[in-house]
Amino acid sequence: MSQLMTVAKPRRNIELLLLVLALGMGVMANALVNLNLGRTFDNDFYTQAAVLAGLSLAVHVTLRFRAKYADPVILPVTVALNGLGLAVIHRLDIVTGDTAGQRQWLWTGLAVAAAVSVLWLLKDHRVLRRYTYISLALSAFLLILPLVPGISAGDVNGATVWIKLGPFSFQPGEIAKITLAIFFAGYLSSNRDLILLAGKRLGRLQLPRIRDLGPMIVAWIASVGVLVFQHDLGTSILFFGLFMVMIYVATSRISWVFIGLVLMAVGGYAAYSIFPHVTRRIDTWIHALDPQYIGANGGSFQVVEGLFGMANGGLLGTGLGEGSPDSVPLANSDMIIASIGEELGLVGLFAVVCLYALLIGRGFRAALGTRDSFGKLLAVGLSFAFALQCFVIIGGVTRLIPLTGLTTPFLAAGGSSLLANWIIVALLLKISNAARRPAESAAKPDDQSRKEVPAS
Amino acid sequence: MNDLSLTVTILRFGFLILMWVMVFSVVAAMRRDLVIGRKAKVGAPTARQARRHPELVEQPAPAKAQARELVVTEGPLTGTTLELSGTPILLGRAQEATLVLEDDYASGRHARLFPQGTRWFIEDLGSTNGTYLGGTQLTRALPVELGVPVRIGKTVIELRP
Repeated sequence: MSQLMTVAKPRRNIELLLLVLALGMGVMANALVNLNLGRTFDNDFYTQAAVLAGLSLAVHVTLRFRAKYADPVILPVTVALNGLGLAVIHRLDIVTGDTAGQRQWLWTGLAVAAAVSVLWLLKDHRVLRRYTYISLALSAFLLILPLVPGISAGDVNGATVWIKLGPFSFQPGEIAKITLAIFFAGYLSSNRDLILLAGKRLGRLQLPRIRDLGPMIVAWIASVGVLVFQHDLGTSILFFGLFMVMIYVATSRISWVFIGLVLMAVGGYAAYSIFPHVTRRIDTWIHALDPQYIGANGGSFQVVEGLFGMANGGLLGTGLGEGSPDSVPLANSDMIIASIGEELGLVGLFAVVCLYALLIGRGFRAALGTRDSFGKLLAVGLSFAFALQCFVIIGGVTRLIPLTGLTTPFLAAGGSSLLANWIIVALLLKISNAARRPAESAAKPDDQSRKEVPAS
Repeated sequence: MNDLSLTVTILRFGFLILMWVMVFSVVAAMRRDLVIGRKAKVGAPTARQARRHPELVEQPAPAKAQARELVVTEGPLTGTTLELSGTPILLGRAQEATLVLEDDYASGRHARLFPQGTRWFIEDLGSTNGTYLGGTQLTRALPVELGVPVRIGKTVIELRP
């Protein structure tokens, strides 16, 4: 795997500068909402601005101490997205009388605290490699949790992915995203050569051995299981896509992608014919503008209303607080992209998409720069999870693909996803620190656990 | 249009501009990393970085003198020189060879000397007695450095600047 050379420079001051800009964005969004909806600038407004600033500064200071060479743009981009999300959720709360905004503030605080503790406690991301198989067990545990009677929150919006502990509800699948990525990265970095070299050739395709297909079967079972038992199409696509990309990056064998796509096509077709909720999703997508489907229960009303909202926003948007995104069901979680598209227009929506692209790009850059294969795979997997989530949800809202219930990273209301995504950001920062740190302090031998290559 | 709505409109567009300012500032902050065009020299230090971190600059390899002529140092043709141009040279006893060796131990089409880049390579053409570069028999084309003897039969040639 390749290595890139850069000057070792902490660049924390640039991060601080960009952070000020990102905070400005969050505060200005909130101010616009207050201004346009006739709210006064009360204590809440100033407290919230101060809290957001305090939280991001906490991460910044932690980076100065614990990961001096971390990438300077990851944190500001994350703060900008999170701040914008908070403002939009607050804006929807004012109209609908919901309290999602307060909960989002609480979870933002918790998520940032989690990110800070990951940065403080995790000395080196390579430590995680030791927990490869524990991560696998943990993922299985987390995925089964929502099905356990007693703590399961039951069927929420058609999917059984929530657990309820006292007043808190949580989506364990979001954390499973991280543990699965750790498992795949650990497994593939140890067994890469084995998977790469063993197996028959069929023309230009090198077919893997059956027993090397093990982890792919695990990934397939996990994603099909999520689909069958939890009725969560989005997470199912996310897990399988995550694995496919990681094994492709590890082996650069296109045959894996072929096998994966075939498995996915088979699974998808089977799901379409067997499960009524999947059939309905697809039909709703194809005939979205058909009145029969718009009116139906669980029909395309949500997507169509979102499309109308974005059309209403046009190029420059109606302005924050001046549109009516609240007429879209789930406007602050699944459809938050439609709310942003309506009130900030195509120009604003594209800025958001650009911020995502930059964040994902920095994740890939950290993967290119880091010296150990575990870190490379983990960074690629985690940033690809962001990419796939953005594609699935933005594609769903704009009716490019069927709408599925994945969260929009950092923007959408939802504590578990926010928590998981901040932890991912902390891991990416840690990996990018290892990537950009001067070589002499990082020149530890790695890959000693790599297995022998068979002679066959 | 009253004052407040004017302010609001300005702020509305101001926010969109701010979002793009954010995007472009981030891009500007990482532009250093975007220099990926140059092959194998990704993230080559800029002039300013080179001044601050002299250790980053690789010392350029000393320029090598180019071979200009071929000299026969041993064998029947000792003393013969041949000007090297950019074209390949055939060595052997055959009449079409560039340097016709009157050497009983050389084959008709013995070896080929050809330029590639700034260097000359020697390749054995399946001769009976083989071609030796600096004492080792050639099994494939190898670069010939200046002053290294190449033995063909009883003839020894060298490249000179």
